[in-house]
Amino acid sequence: MIRFENVGLRYGMGPEILRDVSFTIPQRSFQFLSGPSGAGKTSLLRLLFLSLKPTRGLVNVFGRDRATITRSDLPMFRRRIGIVFQDFRLLDHMTTYENVGLPLRVRGRSEASYKGDVIELLKWVGLGDRMHAMPPVLSGGEKQRVAIARALIEQPEILLADEPTGNVDPPLARRLLRLFIELNRLGTAVVIATHDIALMEQVDARRMILADGRLHIHD
Amino acid sequence: MTDVATDDLDEFRAEPMPARNRSASRRKPTPIVPPRNVAGTALAIVIGIMTFLSCLTLGAVSLVRDSASRWEVQIASEATIQIKPADELDMEAALEKAAAIASGYAGVTEARIVDRAATARLLEPWLGEGLDLDQLPVPRLVVVKIDKQHLPDFTGLRIALADALPTASLDDHRTWVDRLVAMAHTTVAIGFAVLSLMLAATVLSVVFATRGAMSGNNGIIEVLHFVGAEGRYIAGQFRRHFLVNGFRGAAIGGLAAAATFAAFSLWSARNLATPQGDQANALFGSFSIGVNGYLGVLLIVLVVSFLTAATSHITVLAYLSELDSKSASED
Repeated sequence: MIRFENVGLRYGMGPEILRDVSFTIPQRSFQFLSGPSGAGKTSLLRLLFLSLKPTRGLVNVFGRDRATITRSDLPMFRRRIGIVFQDFRLLDHMTTYENVGLPLRVRGRSEASYKGDVIELLKWVGLGDRMHAMPPVLSGGEKQRVAIARALIEQPEILLADEPTGNVDPPLARRLLRLFIELNRLGTAVVIATHDIALMEQVDARRMILADGRLHIHD
Repeated sequence: MTDVATDDLDEFRAEPMPARNRSASRRKPTPIVPPRNVAGTALAIVIGIMTFLSCLTLGAVSLVRDSASRWEVQIASEATIQIKPADELDMEAALEKAAAIASGYAGVTEARIVDRAATARLLEPWLGEGLDLDQLPVPRLVVVKIDKQHLPDFTGLRIALADALPTASLDDHRTWVDRLVAMAHTTVAIGFAVLSLMLAATVLSVVFATRGAMSGNNGIIEVLHFVGAEGRYIAGQFRRHFLVNGFRGAAIGGLAAAATFAAFSLWSARNLATPQGDQANALFGSFSIGVNGYLGVLLIVLVVSFLTAATSHITVLAYLSELDSKSASED
């Protein structure tokens, strides 16, 4: 589904922070992306989300070479990739329900056509009773689940999550992890960027470890 | 693949949604761009003030221009025949003759002799009351009214007068009119220069205030971009929002300016017979900016609103372009 071959990335004239990174993300796969802080996890996620272009190497996304994807194509690709940001990036002036429905609303879909899906998804992440709450009054865990629901509303083929458990306590982290696992069982490929070793030990999944700009894969 | 049970996912599952929530979700959706915030209010205030000042400048320039052209027309609509006294000259007969010659020319609508009483009044500031014109060799005047559309043949008239009355001379006020026209044109040119500066200041203030108000919305633009919104959809949302906001500010500024003009016009109409009113009237005519002035105010309001919307549109597209064209330029 996504393939990286000898990908290198540098910011400006600085040193290369990703070097010769090669991997594939098959459909319905589940993997952790780990490594120390500053190792380039977020940069690699941004490459996967097409918000950065590699300095060198080949990135193939859903059968298309990244170099041939134009700006006008990006919205179409992004609908197939769900992303959960570390800082959630919710719109504070909209309700939980509206935040989750946002990806469909911006595509011009009428509310009647997606209302049921949003309500169902919010119930699935356990926020059925927080539908009309505004993000500023939600707890960190609730915001995280709203962000996850928003990433899933378009039924993406792959979900990218950047430190999804970074702002929550360990019990809630476990519960969020189970949410991702269930999602994966339903058919979505999942990439979770984390440096939480305890979290990774709970799941027997592929680990992609970034260190010194290079990627080591432990299947 | 995984060894974590998902049975306790039910911990997240909530009770069925209460009925009140269902009805609440039928309300109008929240606008994607927050309708009111501090930056938006500040922007509307800046736009309102700049529109008000621009409209006042436009009104003032239009007033000066109208007054200048009125002075020009008023002075140009008269000429004067002056007859100097001479030995053996019957002044009254000469005046009649001069008036008759002038009346005979096409383009002269009236030739009026300034009678002895009026002449004495004209000289009163210099020679005092009770002047006996017979004791002084005072020149006499004939005021010639001119049809502004068809000017008479001044050269022919001048020659005819010289032939019939050697001491008569014709003053068509050309020198005075030329000076006045030059002054009026200079005044209008200065007015337009001031108006151009004012409009340039308004454009810059509106553009930078809009950009300032937009900078607080980068987070929203990013979220919309990352959830897959097309660039033109995002730009359209902001354009609509800023058009409404800009129009609100500009309309308030324009209405305030129009109200100011209307108040001046009313004041001027009410004070027509008073010394202050006459003074203002002599300088600025009726003190009314006319339909064109009000249309100018409307035009400024529309241009300012359009400018606000266009700036937000361009700012969104520029920011999106910056987001997408990043090739590992920052993190």
